[in-house]
Amino acid sequence: MMDNIQVQASVSQSRRLPLSVRIRRALSHPPTRQGLTFLFPSLVILGVFVFWPIIQSLLLSLQRWRFGSSEVTWVGLDNYARMLADERVWGALQNTVYYTLVVVPVGLLLSLLFALALNEKLRGRVVFRAIYFLPVIASFAIVAIVWRFLLNPDIGLLAYWFKLVGIPTRNWLRDARYAMPAVMMVSIWKNVGFNMVILLAGLQSIPEVYYEAAKVDGANRWRRFRSVTMPLLRPTWIFVLIISVISSFQVFDQVWVMTPRGGPLFSTETMVTYIYYQGIELMDISYAAGIGVMLFIIVFILTLIQLRLLRFRDMD
Amino acid sequence: MGTSILSHQRGSRLFFTATWIFLAIAAAAILLPFVWMVLTSFKPESDVFAYPPRLWPNIWTLENYTDIWQQIPMLRFFINSVVFAGSVTIISLFLDSLAAYAFSRLKFPGRDILFLFVLIALMLPFQVTFIPVYVTVQSMGLLNSFAGLIIPRATNAFGIFMLRQFFNGIPHELDDAARIDGATEFYIYSRVILPLSGPALATLAVFHFMYNWNDFLWPLLITKTTEMRNLPAGLALFMGQHNIEYGLIMAGATLALLPLFIAFLFAQKYFVQSIVMTGLKE
Repeated sequence: MMDNIQVQASVSQSRRLPLSVRIRRALSHPPTRQGLTFLFPSLVILGVFVFWPIIQSLLLSLQRWRFGSSEVTWVGLDNYARMLADERVWGALQNTVYYTLVVVPVGLLLSLLFALALNEKLRGRVVFRAIYFLPVIASFAIVAIVWRFLLNPDIGLLAYWFKLVGIPTRNWLRDARYAMPAVMMVSIWKNVGFNMVILLAGLQSIPEVYYEAAKVDGANRWRRFRSVTMPLLRPTWIFVLIISVISSFQVFDQVWVMTPRGGPLFSTETMVTYIYYQGIELMDISYAAGIGVMLFIIVFILTLIQLRLLRFRDMD
Repeated sequence: MGTSILSHQRGSRLFFTATWIFLAIAAAAILLPFVWMVLTSFKPESDVFAYPPRLWPNIWTLENYTDIWQQIPMLRFFINSVVFAGSVTIISLFLDSLAAYAFSRLKFPGRDILFLFVLIALMLPFQVTFIPVYVTVQSMGLLNSFAGLIIPRATNAFGIFMLRQFFNGIPHELDDAARIDGATEFYIYSRVILPLSGPALATLAVFHFMYNWNDFLWPLLITKTTEMRNLPAGLALFMGQHNIEYGLIMAGATLALLPLFIAFLFAQKYFVQSIVMTGLKE
């Protein structure tokens, strides 16, 4: 405590000193040196392979440059102006929001249900846990091929079974109304085990003592869930929620493999599939970078709002 | 009094049975595509397209599994996948935990700003930055090499964030006691925090291994020759050439999935060990 106050005092005194002296002082401060030593390898790698590319993306978004071309022109905010007038950008944003609003709550609820059930001492829970995690460990490229085959109305097994029980079959992935729900279903199927494992690890770190105390007080199962499980699981499910929202806004693989190039009538075009289409298929790197920067700003603001709304106490 | 206890027990058994049935139905639904994948890998091509479609093969054959080794260099892809995913997992687990320790346990000016930068790194889709990243790797002369594949992945914002959350849950009394005894920070990191984080580390190891084992876009960008491709990139190549041979594709898919499944089964017992942490949390 004392140490901290002294450090703060010396920092405010040294405001007027030249930067080099201030940096040297900070580095001679043992906790700073220790902290930077622990962080050094990660900071270098993140700096070179994440932050430098971010800066480059920002610069690119202010230029006009096609990949492979030697001609680079500065165009100011032209890419951003073009974006505002681009209906496909707005459509992609709408689809991404729609996808997030369905996949995140449904996925989180299902994974919480699975985690809670598997936290009970049930027969065969190790087997169940392994089965639920199986889609997570499969490659999206392969998973998408399997699902496309299963849902194919002419040869697919699932489509055939639907027909047998009287559910009208259609080519879901080629129908503008059903392509997105089909992609959502596969996404939830693929990721539910991922969230479940994190929630389960959180559930298992809740001390048994609390449950026993609650039982002694006569709390029933629902009451124990509300008063013990939910509050103590809070840091874990906040983590899962934030990660889910971020990854939903960045959804790409399954959408691109199941319904390439935006799907029927662009109904499954998400922000990142549109970025990929502009940047890789059309090689318009600078416009793609601009959309990327906009997506980044949206995700950043959303995360800050979530942290604020949920009063994420661990942050400071 | 007696009846209420009895009805409570009966209610509890009903609860467990209902839960079990719910879990079993969900498991069957989740498993179906994999069952189809594995069974199809044992079907001859004529069987795959038979109508009405059937889950069970009419004729069992190992043809797909023998053919696939001749059609593409599966062994080479396999070794590449092991080297790439294995190295990234080990190196990243070490560097992530070092950084997470600094964010969770060391106090120094600028720490929270640096942590915010890690969160920013987490929010940026890879698809946005991969052209600049590619240019950087190219300028270092690391294209088509394991170093070029591994070094950019040697630390991971998700891993740092996740481990920091777990480390924050470990009571400070433990490392404060060690600090009073004169232990160095590295000693506390390696002998106090890491041993208590087994479940978190095992979980993250599975995530890292899985993500890199299945990764397709990154190896496709960085590697140029067939000998450097990993399994998904190699199989994708194969799918391009043999678009309709589902039996072969499913045999390759099954072989690619098998090591991950085995790795997961081994790591599973560490998830359960998180109960060990329970006794320490106050």
